[in-house]
Amino acid sequence: MAESENIVAETAEKIFADLADAQTINRDKNGGWKAPLWQALTESGLPLSWVADDLGGSGASLAEGFSVLSAAGRFAVAVPLAETMLAGWLLAQAKIASPEGEMTVAPASPRDRITLNADGTLSGRARGVPFAKVAKHIAVLAAGGNGFSIALVDAASVRIEAGLGLGGDASDTVTFTNVAPITIKPAPKGFDQTVLMLMGGVARSLQIAGALESMLDISVRYSNERVAFEKKISKFQAVQHNLAKLAGESAAALAAATSAADAVANSTSFDDAFFLEAASAKIRCSEAAEKGAAIAHQVHGAIGFTVEHILHRYSLRALAWRDDFGSESYWAVELGKLVADRGADELWPLVASR
Amino acid sequence: MTAALRFDPIRLPPECEQLRKEVRKFLADEIAAGTFDPHQPNREDTDAPEFSRRVGEHGWLGMTWPKKYGGHERSFLERYVVTEEMRVANAPTRRFFVADRQSGPVLLKYAPEHIKMDILPRICRGEVCFAIGMSEPNSGSDLFAAKTKATKTDGGFLINGTKIWTSSAHIADYMIAIFRTSPPTKENRRHGLTQFLVKMKQPGIQVNPIGQITGQFEFNEVVFTDFFVPDDHMLGEIDGAWKQATSELAYERSGPERFLETYYVLTELVRAVGPKPDTRSAEGIGRLVAQLHTMRRMSVSVAGMLQAGKEPVVEASIVKDIGTIWEQQLPHRVRDLAAFVEENASNRETLEHQLSFAIKTAPKLTIQGGTTEVLRGIIARGLGLR
Repeated sequence: MAESENIVAETAEKIFADLADAQTINRDKNGGWKAPLWQALTESGLPLSWVADDLGGSGASLAEGFSVLSAAGRFAVAVPLAETMLAGWLLAQAKIASPEGEMTVAPASPRDRITLNADGTLSGRARGVPFAKVAKHIAVLAAGGNGFSIALVDAASVRIEAGLGLGGDASDTVTFTNVAPITIKPAPKGFDQTVLMLMGGVARSLQIAGALESMLDISVRYSNERVAFEKKISKFQAVQHNLAKLAGESAAALAAATSAADAVANSTSFDDAFFLEAASAKIRCSEAAEKGAAIAHQVHGAIGFTVEHILHRYSLRALAWRDDFGSESYWAVELGKLVADRGADELWPLVASR
Repeated sequence: MTAALRFDPIRLPPECEQLRKEVRKFLADEIAAGTFDPHQPNREDTDAPEFSRRVGEHGWLGMTWPKKYGGHERSFLERYVVTEEMRVANAPTRRFFVADRQSGPVLLKYAPEHIKMDILPRICRGEVCFAIGMSEPNSGSDLFAAKTKATKTDGGFLINGTKIWTSSAHIADYMIAIFRTSPPTKENRRHGLTQFLVKMKQPGIQVNPIGQITGQFEFNEVVFTDFFVPDDHMLGEIDGAWKQATSELAYERSGPERFLETYYVLTELVRAVGPKPDTRSAEGIGRLVAQLHTMRRMSVSVAGMLQAGKEPVVEASIVKDIGTIWEQQLPHRVRDLAAFVEENASNRETLEHQLSFAIKTAPKLTIQGGTTEVLRGIIARGLGLR
């Protein structure tokens, strides 16, 4: 990691530590922590990390932004930071300036599609859109005409049915019925819904990996405190081996997610090797979320199953993030098709391409 | 954070790509010439001395070692490329693999100069085969319970006892073994073992092959009876082998051979399902490839750390833990996915033959070179639990 990435990530970490401490948030039933956190993030330019200065953002690099998402995962941050970053990034692809305030992206699933009508309006339904209810604007990728278009839409102009994800964060259904966008421009050549889903998937992969790091951390700490059968439970080999497995899952998620982020940050084309990196990250991180969260809960016993304990902030969000921008099952099918289409003898050259 | 595990996204440098092309060309030529059949993984069992020499001639043995010992002063990442290409092709690497990966580096670090000058160039030429003498009939994972004795005598030591599960001992020219030179102390049960270089194929050493469930005779029992080892064959500190063992583990445990041993069944599965797989096959293959890709990224990352002079013992243990379980499960997953493959798939017979061999190989993968249980103990120590 370069020095500057550390500075941006450190800024984010410091804000999260001061204003998004899991223990404090968990006790605050009214969500009073959200406004000060969002304000601090905005003042530091973090939500528009991936938007250039002339489009209203702070012009950080892709790599710097990814390091912010890792930190957001470690703190299981429950404000639309990743979503606003993605929305700003999407708009910037078509040189559309980002407005102030919370944003999200639609569609958030590879199976949903928003279409551009002949009259320039947008129609379609996007399910599982994270934080749509909170967002002031929605960055939309729409199909129609000659390829894809990118649009900025006022959230007040769409119908939003509120939903909740596993982690308790908004995950809403957004319906576009002949909605007139604020701005709409053609997407750059080669930019399609797969690219958007892969980018969203890499963001979620980093967040899952970050949450797993924290689950490992608090599970190790707890096992060194909790006494049963007259010794710390960390001294039981069965517990040690479970935690070693959790470390392995955390490590696998970290490796897959950071490698994919690096591939995105340094790719000049969306080729098969790029697809392998991004799809694999979402698949493997989602698998790690399942295995890792189960172990973290097992180590904590009943206390980890309570709302008072902070473990669920990480475990349930990691599990929820599996569903956004294509589940592991979806990407596994797509990756499997790609591999089969390339043929058996082209599998190893693909895996060994970097 | 408790566990500062690092797996940075290391990319292979450009020189690796040219090297990879050369290795692939070499292997394709060897396959064309009939040296080995890439579809017959069990051939890896056989000794291929001529192939070994040709690998040496290409400069692919002792790649990271100093030139004065016949090495090539190239990077760990370059060595990584050669290792993975050989493994994926099912090349017969038995003669040189252990010497190149493990024994050579031990000699480089601990052997006297004249022994280094004698043996290392021969390893680089692919001429000598090494075995590792660790386990004994009553000492496996519990390495420091070893009892085979080295008793001081004029000019050297007399060895008495038995090593077991010793891979390649039947063809090996040398063994690097640990023998007991003193009893353990109350304070340190690991004290009292010393590492030695043993010249094989001499009176006083009897090698008895042991049949494996795969049908191979790949490991052995090695019995020492008043076998003489000269003083200058002692490696490192007397009674201090335990200090020398741990730092080498990162080399031994993180390489591509720790997740690619049964890889061939995945290739054959992809061939069997054809270009238009059903959803079930596609998903199964996609997951396996994502898991494989992730392990390779972890493994390359560890190679990068080794190149940077670090000792990522915990990270390497994680790679072997996850990698060996994956390669152990792989033939079973492929069997699941192959259940509905067309009866007339052109490679059906090859796939079935390979699955049979891979399923029989699978149990050893999480035992050899450090069991899953031992690895998790090391990881747990790294997490501060022990």
